[in-house]
Amino acid sequence: MDGAAPLFHMEGISKRYGGVRALEKADLSVTAGSIHAILGENGAGKSTLIKVMAGVVAPDEGRMTLDGREVTFASPAAANQAGIVCIFQELSLIPELSVADNIVISDPPKRFGMIDRKAQRRIAEQALARAGASDIHPLALVKDLPLSRRQMVEIAKALARKPRILILDEATSALTAADVAKIFGVLKRLREEGLALLYISHRMNEIAELADQCTVFRNGRNVASYAAGSKSDNEVVELMIGREYSHIFPPKPVRHQPGAVPVLEARGLSWSGRLDNISLSIGAGEVVGLGGLDGQGQRELLLAFFGVLRGLSGQILVDGKPVSIASPAAASDDRVGMALIPEDRKTEGLMLPMTVRENLSFAALDRLSKAGVIDRGAEQRLIDDMVGLLAIKTAGLDIPVGALSGGNQQKVVIAKWLMRQPRIILLNDPTRGIDVGTKQELYQLMRKLADAGAAILFYSTDYDELIGCCDRVLVLYDGAVKRELVGAEITEHALIASALNIHGESARSESVVKGGAA
Amino acid sequence: MKDWRYWLAEQRGTLLAFAIFIVMFAIYSANHPAGFTANVVQTAANKGVLLAFVAMAQTLVVITAGIDLSVGMIFTLTNCMASWLVIGTGLETAFGVAAVLGTGLICGAVNGAIVIYGRLQPIVATIATGAVYFGLALLLRPVPGGSVNEDLADFLTGRFFGVVPASLVALFVAVLIVWVPFSRSELGRAAYAAGSSETAAYMSGVPIRRGKFLAYTLAGLLAAIGGLFLTFFTYTGEAAYASGNAYTLFSIAAVVLGGVSLFGGKGSAIGAIFGALAFRTIGDLLFVFDFDPLWQPLFQGVILLIAVSLGAFALFRVRNRLEWFL
Amino acid sequence: MSETTLGGIAGRMPKFLRRADPAVATAFACIVILLLVGSLYSRSFLSPEYLLQQLKVASFLGVIATGMMLVILLGQIDLSVPWAVATGAMMACAAAAYGPVGVTLAIPFGILCGVAIGIVNGIGVAYLRIPSMIITLATNAVAQGLMVVYTGGFSPQDSATAAMRYLATGFAIPGVPNAVIIWALIGAAMVFVLTRTSFGRAVYGIGNRERAAYLSGIDTRRVVMIAFAVSGGLSAFGGVLLAGYASKAAQSMGDAYLLPSIAAVVLGGTSILGGRGSYLGTVAGVILITLLQSILSVMQMPEAGRQIIYGVVIVTMLLLYGRAPASR
Repeated sequence: MDGAAPLFHMEGISKRYGGVRALEKADLSVTAGSIHAILGENGAGKSTLIKVMAGVVAPDEGRMTLDGREVTFASPAAANQAGIVCIFQELSLIPELSVADNIVISDPPKRFGMIDRKAQRRIAEQALARAGASDIHPLALVKDLPLSRRQMVEIAKALARKPRILILDEATSALTAADVAKIFGVLKRLREEGLALLYISHRMNEIAELADQCTVFRNGRNVASYAAGSKSDNEVVELMIGREYSHIFPPKPVRHQPGAVPVLEARGLSWSGRLDNISLSIGAGEVVGLGGLDGQGQRELLLAFFGVLRGLSGQILVDGKPVSIASPAAASDDRVGMALIPEDRKTEGLMLPMTVRENLSFAALDRLSKAGVIDRGAEQRLIDDMVGLLAIKTAGLDIPVGALSGGNQQKVVIAKWLMRQPRIILLNDPTRGIDVGTKQELYQLMRKLADAGAAILFYSTDYDELIGCCDRVLVLYDGAVKRELVGAEITEHALIASALNIHGESARSESVVKGGAA
Repeated sequence: MKDWRYWLAEQRGTLLAFAIFIVMFAIYSANHPAGFTANVVQTAANKGVLLAFVAMAQTLVVITAGIDLSVGMIFTLTNCMASWLVIGTGLETAFGVAAVLGTGLICGAVNGAIVIYGRLQPIVATIATGAVYFGLALLLRPVPGGSVNEDLADFLTGRFFGVVPASLVALFVAVLIVWVPFSRSELGRAAYAAGSSETAAYMSGVPIRRGKFLAYTLAGLLAAIGGLFLTFFTYTGEAAYASGNAYTLFSIAAVVLGGVSLFGGKGSAIGAIFGALAFRTIGDLLFVFDFDPLWQPLFQGVILLIAVSLGAFALFRVRNRLEWFL
Repeated sequence: MSETTLGGIAGRMPKFLRRADPAVATAFACIVILLLVGSLYSRSFLSPEYLLQQLKVASFLGVIATGMMLVILLGQIDLSVPWAVATGAMMACAAAAYGPVGVTLAIPFGILCGVAIGIVNGIGVAYLRIPSMIITLATNAVAQGLMVVYTGGFSPQDSATAAMRYLATGFAIPGVPNAVIIWALIGAAMVFVLTRTSFGRAVYGIGNRERAAYLSGIDTRRVVMIAFAVSGGLSAFGGVLLAGYASKAAQSMGDAYLLPSIAAVVLGGTSILGGRGSYLGTVAGVILITLLQSILSVMQMPEAGRQIIYGVVIVTMLLLYGRAPASR
């Protein structure tokens, strides 16, 4: 591997989404017969990088070479053709088809124009064996398999395409320790067979065990490349820190009321293997952050409070009294007074073709109407208040809300809930994809609402926001609260380290190491 | 080796439909005044086969997570057409059969083109094309009439070797030359994949559009075979609105009874065939028990209502309520 | 004449104009063209008597299409219209046979039967999440079965009450048929519900994005359920009026209203995917369909041609403005 010419090389790759730059002149070289780990915090550009490699998105500038020849990929199929296969986090399996059907789906073996089931089965068995998943029966339906088995099928499917470069994007996140050990064995064998592997993971122990080479991304750029094992965990975290910020956050008032009954409290919330015994409490006037890497149960926790999840175990208390919340309608009822600013404003927060007015009053219709008839005067007054309070910039109240800018759309989502004067406000990454100015306004607003007595639970993928806005931060990992940071403890280093679960290795990771060594 | 278990799991819907049919038919023939004779079987087969063809047609479209509310009208149109064309010398008859089946293919292709390339909702699109097909049927047969090559008709509705109903053999042949190749082709699999998860199918580079188009087109063909057989049984063509509608409706019932998921991606035409035969037998059960035939539509309606409600039980397994809205 | 009339209407109803999209304008333009074409066939086509007669015929479809529109706005469909219409008509007539009390309660009873059908639909769609086209087909079959059992398969002998006949054919205001007044009242009520009530807002919200409506604290299932019940009730009321018009109910009297009611709503610019559409458009669609039928019959177009023209017109207009967005 030393001195070998790179199999794949990309340089000066940039990609912007609207005003946000996801990649800024990024470089990466991948060598045959090696495992290359990519590290970086949320939004560092890792996923955009692999999307560019896999032909899912086209870069704005930069060049890519494969075997020294310049290449461009118009589609995922084109990248596959060239031997680059990616296993995405989102599964691409078809639930109602069998494992074997899925493994050969893009190019089934044929005889007389019909699919050759024997050959298909043979290919599937070989691929499953290569992936170390011979326990999966090729005739089983994918929908009947647990998530960890599906992930293995996904890997087998990728192997059946005979890749030269295999990209694994958090491919182990759903796997059991035994599977991870197996997959590691497979990946090491593939490395010996001369494949280039690109491994994106947030599990530091996995990277330590597997990778030959590591590259750290930050702010859309590769900031450091080093041979695996040559840096300590702490040094790696230092490399990942340092996003460029120009935000000004409102001051945090010191407000300690020990003994006060928390407005919102959870005791031992668990759900479907995604939430694991979560307890927390939020007092009036407090802004509590949810940290951790994306997809560790933060979204589910907010939905659990808001009455969306079924089969939730544990207890939710409001003002110290247990409540049972079976729907968003019950959650937003005045007795509870909860509001949720959902993750995706386009599909969950707003009805884009409807007018600004209709969207603004949508969550408060019951308060604005008498006997079901909307009091248009009251509606207008409240809307005027909100448009003023949040400084929503719109050409009018009767234009479709979809015509507003992202930041103003988000303000509408927030305003529509403030019209109910909620006491508990849950925010699911509300600043994603909006401009800096609006972000600033939202920080101010959040503090203002807290000062007025609201209890705020704030999930953000942007650590700087958590540091700037929150009185406390709970860091989630695998659906459980791994660490609580209070006041001055909330630093970027602490957030990243606990998000990666570096302090206090879990039992699972130990068994992985053991399994790998065996 | 426990291959058979997976096979069993995959065919559960089909086998269940088969079992329902066997039980129903056993009750039916046991209580039939004439008992289990070749005659009884032949009559039952001839009634059941018509719905079986239309149900097969519906299956193909339902697998893609679509619906074809025009199958009954294609069935009616091809019946009227056959009553003009499938007559005369052997060659003329053969030409007539080809023309009828070709018409079915075209009707199906039109549906497919409008739904897939025109991006209209299958419900409204096929209601509208169904009106057109019915109008064409009325043009052909403003009043019931016409005739058919009776030799061919008698041959295909009679019995082989005095025992095997010819119509069942024809159904079997249709399965063999239409369904089996379709379900084992790459495009057939694409139709399944698109019905099960269109996103995953797209990410896997499956030819979604061509698969769906083939499904709609072949559905037209199968409905036309049904129309052809209707002509063989009745010797006439009739543009009957109520009958066409009933066949569309019953085809959905048969498909559901046959274990084909209305949400797409799951089920087989074989299951739908047994669903159709079972549905017909259940309808006829009332006769052998001397119920007033007036109760038959209600009885069939209630069975349909129960059949479509059964699928709802999966709902209670949903743990995230947002999944209701996918 | 067309432009000024349209302009006049639009001028007086700026709210409607803002909501109206090109589809509504197109539908009205088509009405004008149809009237012009019709007047070439017969001078009387533009006479007030003829137009009023058309409006009267249209009002039966109008009442039924109102319910259909509500359901389509939710992104659903109601295929149980044919036998909801027939059930309403038959049950109202049947009630009339039970003495003076029956005569008094005939109309509400007919409507209630339709509401019952709608509630079954609503439970299926909202709570069991069965696709609406499937469950409504099934309830249609059950309603048909019930009516066949009840009537013995023949046209029922009971005749419509005097009140039903009066509603359908009488003149409370000289010169204006009662049926037209009823349609106007129901239409006005629907406009009010859709634009001024929280229920109406919820209907549009669910049609646009049920997930967002649910997360906004709307009891989406209840709204869907009510909409189906209203649709069933209005279909049955349409049947009651039709029975009054013909003096009695008939077996398949509702069959001729399914396709036209969907067509009227969709041609009026209401999106079949839900969430978008104005009642003014539905009015235009209903009049358009009725005029089309009338002209085809004046031209002595046989039923066959009418069916074909219907189908082609619907597909064509949908291809013009009812397409799903291109995926990916």
